[in-house]
Amino acid sequence: MAVAEPAVTSPVQVMTGGRPGGTRGSRRDRGGVAYLFLTPWLIGAIGLTVAPMVVSLYLSFTDYDLFNDPQWVGLANYREMFTGDRRYLQAVGVTLRYVVVSVPLKLLLALAVALLLHSLRGRGQAFYRSAFYAPSLLGASVGLALAWRSIFDRGGPVAGALGVFGIDTPSWVDDPGYALWAIVLLSAWQFGAPMVIFLAGLQQIPPDLLDAASVDGAGWWRRLVSVVLPMLSPVLFFNLVLETIHAFQAFTQAFVVSSGRGGPADSTLFYTLYLYERGFADFRMGYASAMAWVLLVAIAVITAVLFRTSRLWVFYGDEGSRR
Amino acid sequence: MSAPVLAQVPTAAPAPPPPRRPAGATRLRRVVWHAAALAALALVLYPVVWLFSASVTPVDELVSHLSELFPGELTGEGYQQALDGAAGVTFWRFLANSLIVAAGSVLGNVVSCSLAGYAFARLRFPLSGPLFGFALLTIMLPTHVTLIPQYVVFQQLGLVDTFVPLVLPKLLATDAFFVFLMVQFMRGIPAELDEAARIDGCGPWRIFRYVILPLSRPALVTTSIFTFIWTWNDFFSQLIYLNSAENYTIPLGLRLFIDQTSQSSYGAMFAMSVLSLLPIGLFFVAFQRFLVSGVATTGLKG
Repeated sequence: MAVAEPAVTSPVQVMTGGRPGGTRGSRRDRGGVAYLFLTPWLIGAIGLTVAPMVVSLYLSFTDYDLFNDPQWVGLANYREMFTGDRRYLQAVGVTLRYVVVSVPLKLLLALAVALLLHSLRGRGQAFYRSAFYAPSLLGASVGLALAWRSIFDRGGPVAGALGVFGIDTPSWVDDPGYALWAIVLLSAWQFGAPMVIFLAGLQQIPPDLLDAASVDGAGWWRRLVSVVLPMLSPVLFFNLVLETIHAFQAFTQAFVVSSGRGGPADSTLFYTLYLYERGFADFRMGYASAMAWVLLVAIAVITAVLFRTSRLWVFYGDEGSRR
Repeated sequence: MSAPVLAQVPTAAPAPPPPRRPAGATRLRRVVWHAAALAALALVLYPVVWLFSASVTPVDELVSHLSELFPGELTGEGYQQALDGAAGVTFWRFLANSLIVAAGSVLGNVVSCSLAGYAFARLRFPLSGPLFGFALLTIMLPTHVTLIPQYVVFQQLGLVDTFVPLVLPKLLATDAFFVFLMVQFMRGIPAELDEAARIDGCGPWRIFRYVILPLSRPALVTTSIFTFIWTWNDFFSQLIYLNSAENYTIPLGLRLFIDQTSQSSYGAMFAMSVLSLLPIGLFFVAFQRFLVSGVATTGLKG
């Protein structure tokens, strides 16, 4: 009983190449019935997605405290964000640093472990795969983040282990120079999900290709660089896009590790954390809406840039001649 | 350790033993491989083991030796305090609330996403292409752009501090990832089966109910498991929508420990953390095959 046939592997692939909209096996004139099946989704799409998006765009041009009517202020929120709000820029900086370090680190770990596991055939692989995947489920929880905080705290296991090597570190969670990296490591620790996707990708590589490379005298490294990585590039791209979008929205871990305030000294003031603070502690709903829209635009632009660059390095099997 | 990696890519026929390599070398290689993998695994699972150990360590020992893995003596004191709960509400209440939210979310996602999935996978209707494209886009949409207006509406309807804002969106299939999962799976079901049912006089509803839905069980199970775990772990929306202690879910109950820096609550904090992770652990053990293959085939983020 296998789960879901991988006809199209990912939403990203659907967007790049796949055909949207399923019409296979259908009969003409089912429009009305189809919309009956779609009713819940349609209500949700309009009532909980499209309309709120429009309203939040409107709110982003207002001052709104939830209790009095919104006051139109034009671009004032946006202007304040980029010129008058030092903490906002701090939040942008923290989030960018987090994304730029944690995503590649996580993917590198995922790829390394996937390559290691792929070299093992037989029963053992399933066991290791499941075991390495477990942190992906646990790491998103408040419970584990609390433990993580203590592990990196003064006198915790990390300080103890580094102490053995004579490296003296302060409490990671109390030191502005370290706190963000504790959260980065917590993210990297959850490499299991992309690892599973890499493993599935590795299994799709035709063995003949590697055999041919071997016959031509390619060593391990040569095969990795010239055969495996190009063949794996669509999966790598998918993971990169997904993890990047995900990382921009990181919240729970930062909230817990920083005791809910982005501290110490705003060193873990993630974008979403500051948005939450502005909206739900300061009741500046207009400002928070403007922040949300900037986040959306930033994610859209970065995703678009990734798609653009993907033409240079992502190899889809049907292009033939490249590489 | 990495040299043999690519030589062992599975081939259709069993690979002949490599020439001129004594049998002992392969064996040694396997031993080294497992040693490396187990060492990596120990490192990766260390935080979980540490948390478990800390939850049964007496508080005074935790304060002096936070990094100790093996406590000098075991105690259930932390669990006792954890079950007493926080803010005058017992742990059982947190647990019940979490279960209600999770169960409602699972039910909502299974029903609404399978309905939408069937329409997109099997029925022809105007705008099906653009609508499906839109559904895919919403997967990537950060929730923050819809958050505040949604909150305002729920607030004006007097539904803040109830479970409605947490469950209603699932009933309306806003987790588009699962719509996508359903579409993918249902497209894999042979269309001849629909055809046969149609010839026997079934309309779309009965085809859905008696042909597609039973055959989609694996996708429904995957949807249920992931919805459960994501809802169980969800913190952001519960933090926003639930504000009185008797409505707190487990993550919010745990939150009460976040601000407390006094080490006297360490035992209860670690014990409640373990309790909060337990259901995920059980789900993981019971359904790991579904979880892992769900991730592998759809790229669920886990």
